[in-house]
Amino acid sequence: MFEGITRGLSEALKKLKGRGRITEENVREGLQAVRTALLEADVNYDVADAFIQRVTQQAVGQEVTKMLDPSEQIVQIMYNELVQLMGPVDAKFHFAKDRPTVIMLCGLQGSGKTTTAGKLALLMRDKYGKKPLLVAADLQRPAAVEQLKVLGQQLGVDVYSEGAATPDGKGPNPVVVCSNAVSYAKKNSNDLVILDTAGRLHVAEMPMDELKQIDKICKPDEAYFVCDAMTGQDAVHSSKAFNDALDLNGVILTKLDGDARGGAALSIKEVTKVPIKLVGVGEKLQALEEFSPERMAQRILGQGDIAGILEKVARVQSEISEEERLRQQKKLEKGNFTLEDFRKQFEVMAKMGGMTELMGQLPGGLSQMIPEGEDPEQAVKRVQGMIDSMTKKERDDPDIIDMSRRRRIAAGSGVEPHEVKQFLGQFDQVRTIMRQMANMSMWQRMKMMMGMGQAGMFQPGAQMAKAKIGTGHRKSPKERAEERKKKRKQDKKRK
Amino acid sequence: MFRAIFQKIKQGLAKTRSLFGSVAELFGIRGRVDQQFLTELEKRLYLADVGTFATQEIVTRVRQAFLDKEINGDVKQFVKDQLRSLLTDASPGLRYQPSGPTVVMIAGVNGSGKTTSIAKLIKLCKDEGKKVMVAACDTFRAAATEQLTIWSQRLDCEIVKGQHGSDPAAIAHDACEKAKARGFDVLIVDTAGRLHTQTHLMRELDKIRRILTKQIPGAPHEVLLVLDATSGQNAIAQAENFKKTVECTGIVLAKLDGTAKGGAIFGVKQKLGLPVKYVGVGEKPEDLEPFDPEAYVEALFE
Repeated sequence: MFEGITRGLSEALKKLKGRGRITEENVREGLQAVRTALLEADVNYDVADAFIQRVTQQAVGQEVTKMLDPSEQIVQIMYNELVQLMGPVDAKFHFAKDRPTVIMLCGLQGSGKTTTAGKLALLMRDKYGKKPLLVAADLQRPAAVEQLKVLGQQLGVDVYSEGAATPDGKGPNPVVVCSNAVSYAKKNSNDLVILDTAGRLHVAEMPMDELKQIDKICKPDEAYFVCDAMTGQDAVHSSKAFNDALDLNGVILTKLDGDARGGAALSIKEVTKVPIKLVGVGEKLQALEEFSPERMAQRILGQGDIAGILEKVARVQSEISEEERLRQQKKLEKGNFTLEDFRKQFEVMAKMGGMTELMGQLPGGLSQMIPEGEDPEQAVKRVQGMIDSMTKKERDDPDIIDMSRRRRIAAGSGVEPHEVKQFLGQFDQVRTIMRQMANMSMWQRMKMMMGMGQAGMFQPGAQMAKAKIGTGHRKSPKERAEERKKKRKQDKKRK
Repeated sequence: MFRAIFQKIKQGLAKTRSLFGSVAELFGIRGRVDQQFLTELEKRLYLADVGTFATQEIVTRVRQAFLDKEINGDVKQFVKDQLRSLLTDASPGLRYQPSGPTVVMIAGVNGSGKTTSIAKLIKLCKDEGKKVMVAACDTFRAAATEQLTIWSQRLDCEIVKGQHGSDPAAIAHDACEKAKARGFDVLIVDTAGRLHTQTHLMRELDKIRRILTKQIPGAPHEVLLVLDATSGQNAIAQAENFKKTVECTGIVLAKLDGTAKGGAIFGVKQKLGLPVKYVGVGEKPEDLEPFDPEAYVEALFE
């Protein structure tokens, strides 16, 4: 599918092959070609630059091993970065319980809204057991209403329409059609309403107003932006315009069965932070799939190949870890962060009391160890129990804890084995951070801090851009306006 | 004539002016042509979907000619000239046959704007005093025939259509017979949208083309590929495959009135030499203009 970008990347990486080690210089040279490949793939100019910068930072910091080709290491970094850039996936759909759920589709002309509406109705009926109602709210394009009716017939899905607008601009009003449709759905016991709105080309104010009105009156639970995978640099403008007007909940990428390199996927996610939900992959009405950032990243880097490389990198890294385990273990014992230290820290905190307030101040992974809604004191006790049930050897080197040791620890501390596994995974994250900080030179620490500073970490009250995850509640335009007002006020205060 | 077209494209591009204007803006900076200036120029060209080849070409030429010189009107004029030199000549429009129907076949990927462009072409041909017939050969997409029928009624034009799901080549065949028998000047053949990677559908397109040739010698006289100005570099792959299958004679660049600039035509010209014949600059049937490269480049800058 993404043969194009693959070709570009492997050509670029050919230059890297055969050179013994990664230096900043050959990374820059190699990634220059990757940058061109990304631009050729229609990734937005600024997004491509930011991506290259992040990959460079990571690649140069990495240790070089004799066993790996540097290009393979960079492929792995790029893969991880791509997955991160396009994820996380929010595959869940939230349905209202006491009334029909309303989904609004919007997008530019010819992006595939009407076909997608049909595909979505089929998916909702067959996979989620819904009884969908398709609403023909595109009154502009000749025969768009007809098209939706035919699709409904083919699928055996209900369609609501009040006819189309006449060329002189008279006829039904799309806003009224949509609100009538929602009331009709209640009577007709449809538990899902899909609004197929008219395509827009001018992302200017006027045509957007109609969408805003539909949004205001019908209060859709979800607003999805339907985007053509072949879109160029403009993807950034259009998705931003729609997101500003409607506060989108998801993106559906269409026509991915072609050879479009699909850079739009990267750009839209990066600019709007709205997750890509579904992808259209064929002419048939069943051809609507869940979006997978892993698969997309693999496609971008080249199918088949990448899996092998990732495997090899993982294998070599584990071999290295085997070799260096003793050395590392010594390092760990030499006052680096062990489970023993961890337990002590927890004890101190428990003695201080007021765990709930403290949690917010803990470094990254630590605060995640307390499941939401659980009493932190209780959680601390559980963690202590688990650590206490380990032998000294296990505490010094948790990596040796296998299935049978895990079972023993679980039995000893009265938890489930998977909880032990989960805890160890989280501890590993914390340890990694601690280890990195300990091994860093002053210069590197400063660099890390500066990186955070650029991301707005040190601005008081500022937040990093977060990926959107559905909560099932879509704010009304009024609520959003109030939120914006509040934010403006805060911004002013800060200044 | 030139002014009128220029105005129209300018209107169409009005919304993009703030972006394209930024190319012009760049030349308002005081200082010298340095690496920073060249990077900015590169960025602005990329953002217009101009693509790697043309962008690198222009940036290199500007570097060679102006590095360390002052930024002034000469640089701006130079960039304009370079952009112009990478485009095809002005469109001669449709080449009508001296006798018998002129057959115009329309092709493109899904949602590129084929049907709307056909409506505009009907209007254009009728305004030139031609007797026009359309063949609704998109029998695949739901209500595609209805959409074209509505346009043909609005524009008062003859239409030949068939059942949903029927063989499009058969409709093309019928249309040729009727156009010949009843003395139509122009026959416009609509086809279903298809991604250029779907070989079986591309073969179907080839079949329609062969039927046309069989019925009317020399037909299709024009094969126009409709490209969406919003699409990026994939437009080049589209043009490449459609050209290979049905020997396109030109491009219709649709949706140039949005925020996209359709810079992919630079790549299409460079790689395939295909000329842009018409540009779609609005939603009404009269919003189709012959492509004028000077006006296009000019409109990007003003």
